[in-house]
Amino acid sequence: MSDRSIARAVRWLALIPAIALVGAPWFANRLEPRILGMPFLLAWIVAWIVITSAVMALIGAVDSRHPPP
Amino acid sequence: MMAPATIALSILAATLLVAFGLCVRGARGATSLEQWSVGGRGFGTVLVFMLMAGEIYTTFTFLGGSGWAYGRGAPSFYIIVYGSIAYIMSYWLLPAIWRRATAWKVLTQSEFFARAYDSPALGKLVALVSIAALMPYLVLQFKGLGIIVSETSYGAISATTAIWIGTVATVVYVTVGGVHGSAATAALKDVLVLAAVLALGLLLPSMLHGGIGPMFTQIEASRPGFLTLPTSGLSPSWFASTVLLTVCGFYMWPHTFGSVFTAADGKAFRRNAALMPLYQLVLLFVFFIGFAALLAVPGLTGADVDLALLRVTKLTFGPWVVGFIGAAGLLTALVPGSLILMTIATTLARIIRAPVAGAPAVSATFARSLVPLLALLALFFTFQGGDTLVTLLLMAYSMVTQLFPALIASFVPTWRVPAAAAIAGIVIGEVVVAVSTLGNITLAAALPSWPAAITDINIGFVALIANVTMMLVVTLFTSSQEIRAQ
Repeated sequence: MSDRSIARAVRWLALIPAIALVGAPWFANRLEPRILGMPFLLAWIVAWIVITSAVMALIGAVDSRHPPP
Repeated sequence: MMAPATIALSILAATLLVAFGLCVRGARGATSLEQWSVGGRGFGTVLVFMLMAGEIYTTFTFLGGSGWAYGRGAPSFYIIVYGSIAYIMSYWLLPAIWRRATAWKVLTQSEFFARAYDSPALGKLVALVSIAALMPYLVLQFKGLGIIVSETSYGAISATTAIWIGTVATVVYVTVGGVHGSAATAALKDVLVLAAVLALGLLLPSMLHGGIGPMFTQIEASRPGFLTLPTSGLSPSWFASTVLLTVCGFYMWPHTFGSVFTAADGKAFRRNAALMPLYQLVLLFVFFIGFAALLAVPGLTGADVDLALLRVTKLTFGPWVVGFIGAAGLLTALVPGSLILMTIATTLARIIRAPVAGAPAVSATFARSLVPLLALLALFFTFQGGDTLVTLLLMAYSMVTQLFPALIASFVPTWRVPAAAAIAGIVIGEVVVAVSTLGNITLAAALPSWPAAITDINIGFVALIANVTMMLVVTLFTSSQEIRAQ
């Protein structure tokens, strides 16, 4: 795989948090287990927002080494 | 011993003065319309971040976010979700918009559309949609301002007086400072809001309920099911459809679209795409405040849920804290309010004086002179409107969302969507929005025998589908006769 195609592949990672967040009520519409005192639904959302940030930072880092045309 | 109102009001007044000083200092050199409205396209990552974050934390999130958690529980979580998904999209969308806007030297969203489709008519339509959608949004900021000042003054200043003071302050801001002033004040606002929300969000649950965990346990005990989504009404399909719809509309707000133009380079948006989701987590603490208020100041219903944050603050803390919270709230109304007002003025000035994109620059003086007139009009609506405000805001959101398909289509050269198709799509979309909102039509009422999983879908989706269908039909119909000018 060339560097350019790695950069293209990494971009698709952004779909994962997007699906996890839009689909949160199907994946996680529960009260238990509680995490840090929060209902599971809220904790799920918060966790995936943090992951969103990490994924976008990763995509940004890969893109800045291999800027898109 | 000073009266509580005196202490709280002194803090409010001092904040207003500091903000005004920052605005004047930030505004030096803002002479041309390009400087005034898009900062000469020279803002770096930090300022663009501040501006965009500033637009997100409006009075609606500050008061409305806690109010929704207080009044509806788990469905309010959609507020924290849609922003994060919009930021993912922003990574690709905003640099693309920015590249074109910079090459074309456009100042407003409507010019952007006019240029993208080579159609002044489409530009005028977009300008109309912009202004129609921004007016209720501005009215909402003024209303919020009235609530904040009258509550934190312990009733010493009436909401009406507060709204007048706030409006004059906003007008002065916009006229003197332009976008430089807003950006400078945005920094102060962000610090105050961050401090206020984090402090209240962490302190209130532990002071009132013994911690975040015990707070949620007590809520679940007194309101079973409040912390998960119900199976009908504000159900999972409502949640997902509303999130997707608001993601489409997120950057279609003319002032948000306009702040994209302020960036010095496209990289600022890429960095923001990673930072903004974390910043968005501040809303988590806004929810905590609303939940803490639920058991401490029960009984607020209807539009009064927006008072939850201020009421629980007054119950728990002294006037010093109330003053600082009020000051933060004041700025959450002023900064977005000034940006919205500036966007309306710039858009209007450009359609009155320069209907063709790229025409000689309109003087900033003319756009500035429209500001007080527009503010007066907004004041009129503020004092006129009653409970219909939320309805208007929801309608405004659905209205700007209708611009999304045409924007995306303009980036796909192989589709060759003609301007007529974009116009037809937007018009049919807006008609569906207006009829369904004003007629209070929901899918559940229109299709009573259908399952909740379908009827709970946000009706804004129907408008969006009508819009896209119309656009595609007209495109197919005209493609044999008309070739879009490139």
